Amino acid sequence: MRHYLLLWGCAAACAAAVMGCATAPTDLEVSQRATAVLKSSFVAKGQAGLDRLDQDETQRLCTLYATKPLPKDVAEMIEKLNMASIKWPTDGKWLGDWKNGERVAQEGRGKQFSDDPKGPVGGNCYACHQITPQEVSYGTIGPSLYQFAKLRGYTDEMRKYAYGKIWNADAYSACTNMPRFGHSQILSEQQVKDLVALLMDPDSPVNK
Amino acid sequence: MQSKNFRVSARAALAGVAVVAATAVLAQSSTVDEIAKYRAALQDGNPAELWEARGEGLWNSPRGPKKVSFATCDLGQGPGVVKGAYAQLPRYFADANRVMDLETRLVHCMVTQQGYTFAAATAKPFGGPGTKSDIEALVAYVTSQSRGVTMNVPLAHPKEREAFVLGEKMFVFRGGTHDFSCQTCHGENDKRIRLQDLPNLMTVAGAQKAYTTWPAYRVSQGELRTFQWRLNDCFRQQRFPDLVFTSDASIALTMYLARNANGAAFDAPAIKR
Repeated sequence: MRHYLLLWGCAAACAAAVMGCATAPTDLEVSQRATAVLKSSFVAKGQAGLDRLDQDETQRLCTLYATKPLPKDVAEMIEKLNMASIKWPTDGKWLGDWKNGERVAQEGRGKQFSDDPKGPVGGNCYACHQITPQEVSYGTIGPSLYQFAKLRGYTDEMRKYAYGKIWNADAYSACTNMPRFGHSQILSEQQVKDLVALLMDPDSPVNK
Repeated sequence: MQSKNFRVSARAALAGVAVVAATAVLAQSSTVDEIAKYRAALQDGNPAELWEARGEGLWNSPRGPKKVSFATCDLGQGPGVVKGAYAQLPRYFADANRVMDLETRLVHCMVTQQGYTFAAATAKPFGGPGTKSDIEALVAYVTSQSRGVTMNVPLAHPKEREAFVLGEKMFVFRGGTHDFSCQTCHGENDKRIRLQDLPNLMTVAGAQKAYTTWPAYRVSQGELRTFQWRLNDCFRQQRFPDLVFTSDASIALTMYLARNANGAAFDAPAIKR
C-alpha cells in the first residue's frame, strides 16, 4: 500500500510538473493501481495461491474492456489465441458417458480455497444453465441447454463445437462469462467428453 | 402422404416437447414460489437481535489491556456516537490518514485505545461452529443503530474518491482458474445462480437493495455475517485466494458499493437464507 501511495503521489506530482496543475490519473493508471492494491490485499490459502491473481492475456484484455465495447479486432485476437490452445481429443471420440456428465454438471466443488485439493472437481454447470428438465434448480447467467442436440442436430460439427466450447469458451465468444474448463485445467478431457455426451447423446435426458 | 405423415409426427413431437417444457416451467415457478414463502417466513423474528444485544454489551464494556470501552471510539460522528454512523461509512479518518469501513475502524479503536495488538484485534473476524466473533457482534450492534437512516457515504476527500475509483476497477478484475470477476455474477439484471437471485451491483438500484441488507443473519450458517465476510466469501467462490480482513481492496470495494447505495434507507441487520 505504501508503495502504491508513493506511485500515486509521484504520478500526480509529475503530471503537475508537466501540466502546471494537478491532473487526475488516467484510466489505465487507475486500473494498474487497482490491480496492485488488489494483489497486496490477498494471501494464499489452501490450494488458491497468489498466482491466481496473475492475469493471462485473455483475462487482462477482458478486464480492460469490461465496461466498454470490445473492439472487433481485439475480440478476434482473443478468440484466435484461445482457439489455438484447444486440445482436441486424440482418439477422435467426442462423446463420453452422459450419466457421468450429469454428475459433473451438478458438482459445485473444486478449486476453491475451502475445497479438498484431492476432492471432486465439477463444472457446476447448473449454477448458470438449464440442462435436463428434471433439475429445476438452475441459474440463468448462461443460456438454456435443454434439448441442445435435438434443436441443433446430432452432427459431428455440433459435437466438436460443444467440446471446444466447454474446453475454451473464449475461443468462440471473447470475454464470455463462461470459464475455460479444459484450458484452465478445471476439468479433465474425459469430464469434458462426458459433458458433451450430456448435451449430444440422443439417450441423454437433455434431448428427450 | 409421406410428407403429411412427417408433418403430423413432427407436430406430435413438438406437442410432446411443449408438455415437457410446460411441466419444467411449472416445477420451476412453484419452486421459486416456495422459496419466496420461505424467505417471507424468515422475516418474522431475526436471530440477528442476539448479536446486536451482545454487541451493545461489548461496545459499553471496558476492554483490552487498557480496559477502556468504545465510548471514545469515533466512527465519524464524534466519540462514542453510534446512531447513524454506519450509513456514512466508509469514510476518510484524518487520525489514521486512511479511508476505513466499520470493521477497520473498530479494529483501529481496539488497537489505539484499548491496547490490543493488531493481530489480537483481527484474530477472529468471522464466527464459526462453536466460536464467536466479537467483531460480528459489534458490527451487528453498530449497524442496527443505522436502521432506517438514509445512506450518505461521502466522496469529499481525495482518498475517498480514490477508494471509490479503485473499487470500481477491482469489481471488474478477472482472475483465478475460472476467469471470474465480481461483474460475472453481479453485472446484469435479473440473473440467478441456481435459484439464488443475483443483484446487479453496477446499477444504483441493485447496489441499494444489496448493500442496505448487509450485515445479515444467514440461516444456512447460523451466523451473523458482515460485509467483510460477504466480500471474502464471494472471492472464495470466485476461486481467488483469501481476501485479507480490513485490507485496502476490501475497503475500496466496500466504498464503491456503499457509495452506490446512497439515497436508500439502510435496513439491516437483515435475515437471509
